[in-house]
Amino acid sequence: MRKYSVFAIAREAMRGNKGWEEQWSSPEPKSEYDVVIIGAGGHGLGTAYYLAKEHGITNVAVLEKGWLGGGNTGRNTTIIRSNYLYDESAGIYDHAVKLWDGLSQDLNYNVMYSARGVMMLAHNVHDVQSLKRHIHANRLNGVDNEWLTPEQAKEFCPPLNISSNARYPVVGAALQRRGGTARHDAVAWGYARAASARGVHIIQNCEVTGIRRALSGEVTGVETSRGFIGAKKVGVVAAGHTSVLMDMAGVRMPLESYPLQALVSEPVKPVVPCVVMSNTVHAYISQSDKGELVIGAGTDQYTSYSQTGGLHILNHTLDAICEMFPVFTRMKMLRSWGGIVDVTPDRSPILAKTPVKGLYVNCGWGTGGFKATPGSGNVFAHTIARDEPHPINAPFTLERFRTGRLIDEAAAAAVAH
Amino acid sequence: MLLIHCPYCEEERPELEFRHAGEAHIARPTDMAAMSDEDFEKFFFIRSNPKGVIYERWRHVHGCARFFNAVRDTVTDKFVMTYKAGEPQPKKLPGAGK
Repeated sequence: MRKYSVFAIAREAMRGNKGWEEQWSSPEPKSEYDVVIIGAGGHGLGTAYYLAKEHGITNVAVLEKGWLGGGNTGRNTTIIRSNYLYDESAGIYDHAVKLWDGLSQDLNYNVMYSARGVMMLAHNVHDVQSLKRHIHANRLNGVDNEWLTPEQAKEFCPPLNISSNARYPVVGAALQRRGGTARHDAVAWGYARAASARGVHIIQNCEVTGIRRALSGEVTGVETSRGFIGAKKVGVVAAGHTSVLMDMAGVRMPLESYPLQALVSEPVKPVVPCVVMSNTVHAYISQSDKGELVIGAGTDQYTSYSQTGGLHILNHTLDAICEMFPVFTRMKMLRSWGGIVDVTPDRSPILAKTPVKGLYVNCGWGTGGFKATPGSGNVFAHTIARDEPHPINAPFTLERFRTGRLIDEAAAAAVAH
Repeated sequence: MLLIHCPYCEEERPELEFRHAGEAHIARPTDMAAMSDEDFEKFFFIRSNPKGVIYERWRHVHGCARFFNAVRDTVTDKFVMTYKAGEPQPKKLPGAGK
């Protein structure tokens, strides 16, 4: 892999930009690998990268039924934060935030991580109490989070409407300054390039149709649209399709898949300097470096694999956005889309071994998995390589739904689900 | 937005009148205290989450307020049929096998 640098740009400028290499190679699948990862999104590619980098396991294939980063990695609203209530959640999400800081250098790929701050608005007494509880819990866990008055919130984000005449007036806000955004596609591409450079095979347009197990129960490989591929270990990192894949290995999951939508506006000059979220009116918004307002909506109420959702869900979110930012009422929306998110009963992810030997699962990120990408890949690689979880993901087992040791962010999450 | 046929009101109404109520035909155990943890997990947390035909409950919350069951394809979001609560799970679906 040729390193990207200012010298590379200068060199290629002199040579008519004819020396740029492909960012990752597309080899034919081998008959067997040490580890097969199903799903070439950020989490799957990150897992492969850390397997190679930190555990020396390079005989790895990442199988993707569509194109790399074409699922939820390319469909989310790119928000990064770690202001979760519970210790376990703070542990894993803050592990990710620490990795985001420095990821571009680590991968030699600009993932455009921008710690521009994530501001969560309070509109009523309950919000104030809940957000302040989060702030105190976060600080005890070493996660930065601070309380802002409405005036301070307005100073941090000037287009915000803090008028007391608003239907849901802003009465305060919680700000995590280390939170922010990153370029979602670049995260997938950067991990793919760095993993490929270390010998990982990335195989696109290769759909897994079955998981083969020996008579004694352990995994021996996967059936795919390009033939059987043997594997000593298989990691399922397939977001909304996790239930479908785990069914192939005979494991039933505590998951339901819902459509989640997002939309972007026409590009405009810089106007929203941070990420603004509101749980009460349910809206979140940031501005991409291209200038589009990036707006996240809620999930539909029914399970689906259609990758589309109801228009009334988007309408509801835009109503809230216009209430918070009256300046945007005449803004045109450019496009909207949907992705399928896998939701657990306690709204916390599962990164764990499974009852099947050699089969590992990383799923249940629900409506907010992007922010965890580096942390998730990092500890999941550890889980696969050592056949035991990293202390950070040890609580995120599949068995917690049997023992009752839930990580109940469903009630406590800093965002409405 | 989905259009949903309520089997009690006998008409098709917009989704906004309804509340999705999860997977159908999960029998509530009669003696929950005597259940093993494994059985409770299966009843309470494990869901089939199929890509294709799903049997699910809906409630016509802003209409007759009654629960009923539906058969829907989760890939197209099209309803195959709806039927009243308490009726047996239809084995043969209308239009199946075409």
